[in-house]
Amino acid sequence: MATHVHSHSPASPTERLLEPVWAEVTAITPEAEGISTYWLKFSDPAVAAAYTFQPGQFNMIYLPGYGEAAISICSDPESTSVIGHSIRFVGNVTRAISRLKVGDVVGVRGPFGSAWPMKEMEGHDVIIACGGIGLPPLRPAIYHIMNHREKFGKVFLLYGARTPKDMLYPTEFEEWERAGIQVQVTVDRADEDWQGQVGVVPMLFYRFRMDAPNSVVLTCGPEIMIRFVVYEGLARRVPADQIYVSLERNMKCGQGSCGHCQLGPYFICKDGPVFRFDTLQPYFNVEEF
Amino acid sequence: MQSDRSPEIGSTVAIQKNVFNSLLSKLKEQGYEIVGPHVENETLVYAPIAKLEDLPRGFVTEQEAGSFRLVYTGHTRYFDIIPGAQSWKQYLFPSRAELFTLRKADGTWNMETPRPTAPAYAFIGVRGCELAAIQIQDNAFLRGDFTDPIYRAAREKAFILAVNCLHPASTCFCASMGTGPRVEGDADLTLTELEDVFLLNVGSELGRNILSGLPFESASAFVLNAANRGLERAAQQMGRSMDTSDLPDLILNNLDHVHWREIGERCLSCANCTQVCPTCFCWDATDTLSLDGNQTRRERVWDSCFNPGYSYQAGGNTRPTIHSRYRQWMSHKLGTWKVQYGTFGCTGCGRCITWCPAAIDITVEIANLRKEIR
Repeated sequence: MATHVHSHSPASPTERLLEPVWAEVTAITPEAEGISTYWLKFSDPAVAAAYTFQPGQFNMIYLPGYGEAAISICSDPESTSVIGHSIRFVGNVTRAISRLKVGDVVGVRGPFGSAWPMKEMEGHDVIIACGGIGLPPLRPAIYHIMNHREKFGKVFLLYGARTPKDMLYPTEFEEWERAGIQVQVTVDRADEDWQGQVGVVPMLFYRFRMDAPNSVVLTCGPEIMIRFVVYEGLARRVPADQIYVSLERNMKCGQGSCGHCQLGPYFICKDGPVFRFDTLQPYFNVEEF
Repeated sequence: MQSDRSPEIGSTVAIQKNVFNSLLSKLKEQGYEIVGPHVENETLVYAPIAKLEDLPRGFVTEQEAGSFRLVYTGHTRYFDIIPGAQSWKQYLFPSRAELFTLRKADGTWNMETPRPTAPAYAFIGVRGCELAAIQIQDNAFLRGDFTDPIYRAAREKAFILAVNCLHPASTCFCASMGTGPRVEGDADLTLTELEDVFLLNVGSELGRNILSGLPFESASAFVLNAANRGLERAAQQMGRSMDTSDLPDLILNNLDHVHWREIGERCLSCANCTQVCPTCFCWDATDTLSLDGNQTRRERVWDSCFNPGYSYQAGGNTRPTIHSRYRQWMSHKLGTWKVQYGTFGCTGCGRCITWCPAAIDITVEIANLRKEIR
């Protein structure tokens, strides 16, 4: 893999099509089988200084010769000297990323997309319901809440993984609890050491009382899980405009130009990935749309 | 009465047909790369042309669902032919364009980004539907928040000579889409071909400049009337029509209708319709790595919502079935496009009908969907 990169200075922001800027892998944290977090530092100090992102946004990570993958940012939005990306090794690009070492260089474009409604959530209870690799795009929101804990009401994290070994960031749960986030986890399949819940994420809604009209639900994960989290939220009278979902589609450009990520009238890369549920409702249950 | 003054913008002048060669020479002198309809390899293409004789005089195209024939009838008109598979899209939004090339030296990738350059094209013979298609692609590529540099480089320099259609093909339905047969959009010059003369409506300073100094006369009421009558006749002779009155709701309220599955059984998902469509704008980015691994060229290539890989992602394929891909295509063209860009993504050019190997006809499918719902 590349060790160092030179590049022409990028053209004006609206004229740049697909040229990445370069970033070095400063650390790799194994999270679970087949998932690691890559910590990236921009090679150009000016790019690093100017880079900001909002919880829920994503970057396009580029490996020369392989291509790009859209990866959510999973680190603290108030600490941007290195940017974290938890990556599941599942496709051509991400499998090549799995072979990177600390010190290697990747291309980055971003941040792209819409963000979790951190401002609108203030004063509300927050229910974060996610599954599997759906937690990383929500972790910046968790950090934001921890950084400004007094601005939010009760905060619940409902998180599900396939097995205990697939659980992401388990060593942080205690710190999140200490910060006043009630963490409820569940697994699809237990192992011999597992003492906790077994079942799907929407079932966790039965384990606590919620002040539905005053609650905001944030959800990300497999589409089937999102569907049932939304049903649980709506069934408990959480208003549809207080439920936010983050969706995934094949993405190539990140600027609503290449067409791949369309869902109805939306380009998920530009109008999403975070949507207020009521804006998605007409298209949400259409099969293979 | 001949004149060598400059015509007024907005006016219509008449030129003798052979004067058109001087017009082309002038465009060439000003540095334009002139492209127009041309018969090559026994079919109709858009290609570089230099003179009037390069145009497909005497030819017509016979088009039906799933059928295209170039036929020589020996007529004496230069612009009286309905386009084939190609559209001006191939010049403004090339099917393959380099984004950048990376070369590795001493373990370092060096990026070379080509400055987006394109010739100044002069498009000769742009139909109303095709001009509308260019303006629809402008909406996609020249947005307020994002400008595509490759598209812009070609688009902002292009000279457009549009042509009013007098004899539409049987697959045409521009009249019902509001894009033809009369050219409605902004062109530098708009031509109407009569038996003896070309009428040229001057649409811009650029158009005026090209005409100035050439022998023209102002168009008489007689020839203007003849042109208008011809255009009215053409609108009535339109081979097909599309009822847009209940679109996009008809589609967006019936996304689960069984009709989509029925189309999916006939559609081959070959992507022909999207490749010939003058408004389809989807693209993919690909890396081509040299064998020694020291160079990679990143390119932008046309993609299609009918390609299985188009919607493939880590979680699987969003649209694994053919009917879901057809529904995506049509619900975009005649539904969500309107929400995104304020217009339909269809101009009624009929290419998707002609070039569909399964003879699927978008106008028929919409009519059938409407019938089945009622």
